[in-house]
Amino acid sequence: MTAVTEQAAVAVADKGMTKREWIAGLVQRRGSVVVLALVILVSSFSFDTFATLDNARNVAMQSSFLAIVALGMTFVIISGGIDLSVGSVYALGGVLAAIGIQWGSVAGLLLPLVVCGGIGLLNGALVAYGRLAPFIVTLATLLGARGLLLAITDEGANTRLMPRDAVLTQIGQGTLLGFGYPVWIAVVLFAVGVVVLQRTRVGHSVLAIGGSAEAARLMGLPVARRTMWLYTASGLLAGLSGALAAAYSASGVTIVGVGFELDAIAAVVIGGTLLTGGAGTVGGTLAGVLLLMVIQNVINQIGTLSSHYQSVVSGAFLAAVVAIQAYLSRAHLGRERST
Amino acid sequence: MAEATVTPVAAPTARRLRDYGVYAALGILVAYNLLFTGNFATLANLNTQLVQVTPILIAALGMALVIGTEGVDLSVGSVMALSAALLPLYLGYGLMPALLVALLGGALCGVFSGTLVAVVGIQPIVATLALLVGGRGLALVIADGRLKDIRNPMLLELGSGSVAGIPIVVLIAAVLTLIVGFVVRYTTFGRQLVAVGGNRSASVLAGLPVRRILIVTYVISGVLAAIAGIVATARLTASDPSAIGQLAELSAITAVVVGGTPLNGGRVRILGTVAGALLMQLISATLIKHNLPTSAGLVVQAVIIVVAVLLQRPRLAGAK
Repeated sequence: MTAVTEQAAVAVADKGMTKREWIAGLVQRRGSVVVLALVILVSSFSFDTFATLDNARNVAMQSSFLAIVALGMTFVIISGGIDLSVGSVYALGGVLAAIGIQWGSVAGLLLPLVVCGGIGLLNGALVAYGRLAPFIVTLATLLGARGLLLAITDEGANTRLMPRDAVLTQIGQGTLLGFGYPVWIAVVLFAVGVVVLQRTRVGHSVLAIGGSAEAARLMGLPVARRTMWLYTASGLLAGLSGALAAAYSASGVTIVGVGFELDAIAAVVIGGTLLTGGAGTVGGTLAGVLLLMVIQNVINQIGTLSSHYQSVVSGAFLAAVVAIQAYLSRAHLGRERST
Repeated sequence: MAEATVTPVAAPTARRLRDYGVYAALGILVAYNLLFTGNFATLANLNTQLVQVTPILIAALGMALVIGTEGVDLSVGSVMALSAALLPLYLGYGLMPALLVALLGGALCGVFSGTLVAVVGIQPIVATLALLVGGRGLALVIADGRLKDIRNPMLLELGSGSVAGIPIVVLIAAVLTLIVGFVVRYTTFGRQLVAVGGNRSASVLAGLPVRRILIVTYVISGVLAAIAGIVATARLTASDPSAIGQLAELSAITAVVVGGTPLNGGRVRILGTVAGALLMQLISATLIKHNLPTSAGLVVQAVIIVVAVLLQRPRLAGAK
């Protein structure tokens, strides 16, 4: 029944849409994909080493960890929240995987998932039932998770190695059809994410909550419960990503993940998801992640530019994207928020 | 006390806890240290604590203003790095030109974020996130990723000198606190800032120059962050754009929030912010003095932030 109403609403909206709104909506949703295609096209012609399978593998591998984190962030941001804790949780996940693996690969995977999911649950409970601002709750867990990480690693001095022959390590390092397992895991998770957001009741309720939490509550949606599980999912994905990254490097590195949440947020926003909530796509986030990573890769390819330019370009890019978004969304703000 | 409010009245006990909790916590912590920590009540220790907190405190003053407009400025750490990177460039022409260039850099950063927020209509988190990411990159590009030693005697004196036993940087922070507190409480701009944060559309309807107020607020935050960067550089006796201001935005936000300024705007508490910054500084100092590790400090910080926002939670009558 929900689907029928949804379709009817879309049909009505489609009729009453001006051409400008249509273009604005398209740029909002697909802009990142178009820019990504352009950047890849130009780079392929400019650098001999860019459009090679090796380089594609590299970029895909580097992107996969950020992508998994950004997937959870996408849902949280669409619901109108934000999760600043993912960088610390990602690092914690990696360290926990390296600790857990001494009791076997299953423990090595479960330990980070349970603890990081628990941190996400705590975020969610404080946001949904404590009615605290997501920004500040997850800022607290950003600090807390980093503290926990330091506490279990002798204040960061102890980097545990993971045995190369363990199954979990193999998942991080092995390849299928030339691409590493983490890449495939990210692909599968994004496919699931697309379906969940667009085709399921959960996905639609996330969009509704982001559009207006009050309206969603009055419609009878379990807003608090959904919100809580969203943050839990974000924590789980960050922990999983950290565990995979640790497996990939076969060690639980303690200094990773600082500022990772900002990369994830940047990717989500570049991908066309509105920070005000209520609108966004999972595919756009993937394009946003790839765009950030391709820019990094291109700057490495240029070689003469210092790697510091990467953050300058990323920052400028982010500003440009959100400025264009803000400009366009004025034309169809009402529409975007209702879809 | 530099405070102005347009928020509705909460239950008396809760309000008192929210408004004065940070001072009580600070008092308890000071009392505890006086009793149980050796060498705490010495002038040297007092100066050390105050000097260490100055960069964050100065940045937090600007942050309090921005948060008062219902915004947030994530770029302060990067602006600190940027001013640190700009500082040595013109030191050859003397201290004044170098300081001016660094401050101008901070002001331009504020114009950038302020314009994105006020004119383009971007959410403050993203607008300043762009500058957080790009600003430090720019700082590293300017400095070529290197640390530069500072040899200018006047700048070094600024970092380590003292007047009548009080470190110069502490005096700077105190003067800035007074100025910002005065602006918030006694000037038209301060009133307008709080009004914009309390209800932006009402401010527009009331004919306030909302865009200008917002841009000026972000410029003030940028300039204060630049001053914080200069102070940190002078203290460090080196311009280190990769380390200076790292995560300073989080410490500044923490100081502001713990100090009782609500994140949803309409209220600025300057004295509370000072107390918040001192409280966080004193907590980490106490933990270090008692040989507790960094990890414990982070967890304690996290708990304090949550407690602070729990106390500030808006109490809707009877609503769940």
